[in-house]
Amino acid sequence: MTIQTKRPLGLIAATALFTAFTAAGALADSAGATFSDGEKFSQKTGEALYSNLCQACHMNEGQGAVGAGHYPALAKNENLESSGYPVYIVLHGQKGMPPVGEMMSDEQVAAVVNYVRTHFGNDYKDEVTVEDVAGAR
Amino acid sequence: MQQYKSLTGISRRDLLSLIGVTAGSAVMYQAMTSLGFAAESGYKGRIKLEGDPKGASVLILGAGLAGMTAALELRQAGYKVQILEFNKRAGGRNWTIRGGDTVTELGGATQKCEFDEGMYINPGPWRIPYHHNGLLDYCKRLGVQLEPFQQINHNAFLHNSNAFGGKPQRMRDIKTDFQGHVAELLGKVTQKGKLEGDVSKEDQEILLEALKSWGALDKDYAYAKGAVSAEFRGYEKDPGGGLGAAPIPGEPIGLSDILKSGLWGSLANFGLYEFHTTMFQPVGGMGKIGEAFAKQVGDLITYNAKITKIEQGEKGVTVTYEDTSNPGTVQTASADWCVCTIPLTILSQIDIQVGAAMKTAISAVPYASSVKVGLQFKRRFWEEDDLIFGGISYTNLPITQISYPSTSFNTTGKGVLLGCYTWNGPNSYEFTAMSPEERVKRAVEYGSQIHPQYKDEFETGISWAWHRSPFTLGCAGDWTDEAREQHYDNLCQIDGRIVLAGEHASYIPGWQEGAILSSLNAIERLHKRVLQA
Repeated sequence: MTIQTKRPLGLIAATALFTAFTAAGALADSAGATFSDGEKFSQKTGEALYSNLCQACHMNEGQGAVGAGHYPALAKNENLESSGYPVYIVLHGQKGMPPVGEMMSDEQVAAVVNYVRTHFGNDYKDEVTVEDVAGAR
Repeated sequence: MQQYKSLTGISRRDLLSLIGVTAGSAVMYQAMTSLGFAAESGYKGRIKLEGDPKGASVLILGAGLAGMTAALELRQAGYKVQILEFNKRAGGRNWTIRGGDTVTELGGATQKCEFDEGMYINPGPWRIPYHHNGLLDYCKRLGVQLEPFQQINHNAFLHNSNAFGGKPQRMRDIKTDFQGHVAELLGKVTQKGKLEGDVSKEDQEILLEALKSWGALDKDYAYAKGAVSAEFRGYEKDPGGGLGAAPIPGEPIGLSDILKSGLWGSLANFGLYEFHTTMFQPVGGMGKIGEAFAKQVGDLITYNAKITKIEQGEKGVTVTYEDTSNPGTVQTASADWCVCTIPLTILSQIDIQVGAAMKTAISAVPYASSVKVGLQFKRRFWEEDDLIFGGISYTNLPITQISYPSTSFNTTGKGVLLGCYTWNGPNSYEFTAMSPEERVKRAVEYGSQIHPQYKDEFETGISWAWHRSPFTLGCAGDWTDEAREQHYDNLCQIDGRIVLAGEHASYIPGWQEGAILSSLNAIERLHKRVLQA
């Protein structure tokens, strides 16, 4: 699978082409929220990736949300027990969830999965490695 | 490639005028269609559902444009129709937020729109290409008044915070100068005879003349500061009247500066078919279309209906739903047939009784991320100070673009800008992850790098992040070619008594035309099935 381009809504904008010309790293700010440059996430730690990406749908405490459909809670989520499962979902998406791992390095995927598996009431001690992620791409 | 052909042989247009002269316009129209002109979005004109459905009933799920199109046409064709809608309003993503409206996103954050009367933002679709004939036909039939939507504005800005010292450039300068430099280069190559073999001697001469005209080159085929280039890019000092009024041409920006700036990336907006002029918007907001549909079929809609189960059998379809205005109440609705327009993000979570192929297809489409921010300002400084009347400025900042209102030009008073519009990519998720107030704050901060007037003139803003939209859980179906190849036909097939429709079941995802064409195609096939049964 590939990340979809900005084409569907004809939204060409300048972004992809600007990537090469912008400084590396995220634009930090006082509130802890950050903006990445270009088409890949710039945040490095699991916590930063969670609060700038995952939180968009799974909410700030991993509680998920309910509307006409729902975003599953990641808090106290037993599906996280097997580390391969969240790695796979982050890399390949799940139903309406986009494959956001395509916008992250293996290190970032490992970091965010390890973060979620040890926070929000989850306590899975076995760490996901960069190699685990590379092998699941 | 195409220019090539029209220079060497008979062009399509020449051929058409020949046919027109000799055979009359009906033949000409037929010829036009077969040569690729005239047939636009795939809309075949007003749908004709002939034959008596003998009182058959259809349950439609979702009162967006797809659902309401189906309802309008099926009722007219003699069906008994009922619509279930999750929201307490009709329209779905066809929607306008106006002053006084209150919106709540997933997670519970609620915003009250403090815009003045007459000010609005379209959180979803906001422009209509001239070739989206299906949507345009419904606008005509339903009496939705349209006005031009300014997509391209030569005087809007192109901005890269890391180029030209962060100073925004006028689109006309970048476009004219880039085109001029490229024309000059190609002219040099042509004059040196480097195109031998690709372009005939005779055509090379024509090409040189064409480059001169297209690239604003001077008599020596050079792109340079002077009267010729100024006629295209504008002046350092515009021509005036009376004494001291002589124009002063501006200095073109160097090719290397343009290339390194990356600003040429936005020039594709001049070319994209979806952005070709003329584009339209409904007077008073895109939501006028949904409202016009609801005037026709509103009596068929049950609001606040959260669907939990879709079953089908030999005799019909039964849908279970919760009345969200009365939490916990489970109700059912039944019909002979079902047109389901529920977004796949949600449908993939509903217990639906369809075959494995359709079920897999329903789960195969991720939804795009998109965020919009509307900002109200005390005065129309973009017009008064910057001479930008409508159109869009593009930037490398996370807000991606700023769009100026296409209405009430040259008036005193307030205006609302689209201050941020993201589509996929990290920044879209990062904006979504913020509180609505934070998004507005950031849009103002970033926008003021392009328009410093923001700081003094900003009044109030509102934001909508589509992944936090309770009724869609995302913006639009984000098909990959591979997924389409594998699942698209399975998604669109009628499964027993159920057929799906919506932008996700079209080749124009994220556009309202996709929803309408998908719906018309679905009910046409369904009607055939009903008549056969």
